[in-house]
Amino acid sequence: MSDHDYRPKSKVGQWFNDRLPLLTLANHLTDYPTPKNLNYWWTFGGILTFCLITQIVTGLTLAMHYIAHADMAFESVEHIMRDVNYGWLIRYIHANGASMFFLAVYIHIFRSLFYGSYKAPREIIWIIGIIIYLLMMAAAFMGYVLPWGQMSFWGATVITNLFSAIPLVGEGIVTWLWGGYSVDNPTLTRFFTLHYLIPFLILGLVVLHIWALHVPGNNNPVGIDIKKPSKDTVPFHPYIVIKDGFALLMFMIVFAFFVFYAPNILGHADNYIEANPMVTPAHIVPEWYLLPFYAILRSVPDKLLGVVAMLSAILILAVLPWLDTSKIRSAVFRPLYKQFYWILVADVLILGYVGAMPAEGLYLLIARVATAYYFLHFLVILPVLGFKEKTLPVPLSITEPVLGGSPNLAAARNKESKIE
Amino acid sequence: MKNLFKLFSIIILIITSNSNSFAAEKVEYLKTDWSFKGLFGKFDRASLQRGYQVYTEVCASCHSMKYLSYRNLAEPGGPEFSEAQAKAIAASFEVTDGPNSDGEMFTRPGKLSDKFVMPYDNVKAAQAANGGAYPPDMSVLVKARGGGVDYIYSLLQGYEEAPSNVSLDDGVYYNKYMYGKKIRMAAPLSDGLVEYGDGTNATVEQMSKDVTTFLMWSAEPHLESRHQMGFKAIVYLIILTVLVYFSMKRIWSRVESEV
Repeated sequence: MSDHDYRPKSKVGQWFNDRLPLLTLANHLTDYPTPKNLNYWWTFGGILTFCLITQIVTGLTLAMHYIAHADMAFESVEHIMRDVNYGWLIRYIHANGASMFFLAVYIHIFRSLFYGSYKAPREIIWIIGIIIYLLMMAAAFMGYVLPWGQMSFWGATVITNLFSAIPLVGEGIVTWLWGGYSVDNPTLTRFFTLHYLIPFLILGLVVLHIWALHVPGNNNPVGIDIKKPSKDTVPFHPYIVIKDGFALLMFMIVFAFFVFYAPNILGHADNYIEANPMVTPAHIVPEWYLLPFYAILRSVPDKLLGVVAMLSAILILAVLPWLDTSKIRSAVFRPLYKQFYWILVADVLILGYVGAMPAEGLYLLIARVATAYYFLHFLVILPVLGFKEKTLPVPLSITEPVLGGSPNLAAARNKESKIE
Repeated sequence: MKNLFKLFSIIILIITSNSNSFAAEKVEYLKTDWSFKGLFGKFDRASLQRGYQVYTEVCASCHSMKYLSYRNLAEPGGPEFSEAQAKAIAASFEVTDGPNSDGEMFTRPGKLSDKFVMPYDNVKAAQAANGGAYPPDMSVLVKARGGGVDYIYSLLQGYEEAPSNVSLDDGVYYNKYMYGKKIRMAAPLSDGLVEYGDGTNATVEQMSKDVTTFLMWSAEPHLESRHQMGFKAIVYLIILTVLVYFSMKRIWSRVESEV
């Protein structure tokens, strides 16, 4: 059923829908034709929506009890943990929720990289996604500052100091960001304000992200354009809803394990020490999800170039649709790209690992090699690969490989099931 | 999938080989059985009560616990002193209150709603009394140290004669579990230092275990309800997941595709 054919059955429904077509929208969302071969890597979009809403709801509740003041923030967090009814639960969901959010977003991004979901006609979805990712990092960083522990304070000092690398105006910008001459109460209050604002910006962008997705429709593991609706698609409801729901529940079990049994394992012990501008921690490390970029930052000896490298590492993703010259989307039919894809995954994990280690000796060397490779992958390997790679034959529709058509397609199908 | 496994095994290999080389430099913490670990972990009430005794008779002369109130001592999931006991404990402390209607500060016996009385008025006073070192507040201490309870437990028993190649300044002591092996706190515990009301033999090891248990509770006062709720939540989620799985299979059986 296409959208404009839809007409509510009841008189009242028609009357309302003629004035505000919410029912048409609901109908579009439930009927939305979705490729039927989506694997579980595709369920992370729904999981991410859940993460965002969880963060907003728990965050609102925390904000009712939190005090954004340098002298009281740490104490107010302890107040939440001890005296607010189920405050410990809400705070642990919020703190671990950030980690879960990033875990999901990394899987979501790497799924996109594997199946070429960023390629035409989905470039705008991808770029909005990168902006969401950037905002997530900003929100997470500022959120980590709010408990006003040692890592909060010194993390904020290190990261805001990066702006001082900008020639001429750098120092001025840092003072402006801090609202003073060091990280202090004005910094905390503005970070709190922005931390409160950003999730709603993300929410708006998520709406655009989904809107942009609903124009061409989902990519799929085979990576081919499909006719919609057709034998290759299923309506979003109930097929995808129940599958996303199942995956979400599995995800929630992992989430619950962290919240109830290891709530502090992903954080740093130093953040339970109240911020003290006079004492610098031995190692200042960001949260795990920022470590790869932290490693890139530290691998460059020059401060300004380090900052440029770190920002480029993220922004390079925005031009990825044009760096990848291959016409084939899915790595299933790109034997060489598939190898390089897994090397990139390993490279990012290695960067994350060395990011947590002191920047010296062997670690620094590994960080430099891994940083160089990261850029090599996007700037050299991907553009060249599109011209050189001999891709496998691509099936004409989803139904064919699923039902097993020609021998070629059967091979493709085998490869596909391997990665699922 | 094969690639994924290869990748993970390589990464795990790198990480473990590295952490091994770290462990060679690092001292292994002393181990003991903590009743509060695990899926159903709960505090040992008697140990918490003894631990409070060690804290109040030994640690509290230098270390504050500013986020705790005397009422916490009687709350469920903690040492669970009776309300009368907690009131008596609170009343044994002098609390500065005021100003009264004359504008004067005055002292009165503590009440359940009072926070734990601090040994020093402020950080500077604490430093002045301790040779420049600030005895950290103990409310969340076990969460503020990398090794957690094992670290605290080991540190309390880690005092030794300094090796001949280590020279110590006045007021600095050798402790093999301390970062840098030098500590400004003299060995706080010695056998028989406190007299336990329940007749438990007050060895250094016993006192260390009791006071560390107490510190774990003070840092995580809702640990027991967290564990209980966690078990229920996860069982609930698993059952729901299984049900949804079968519904999903049923729904997807209408189309010739796999889930």
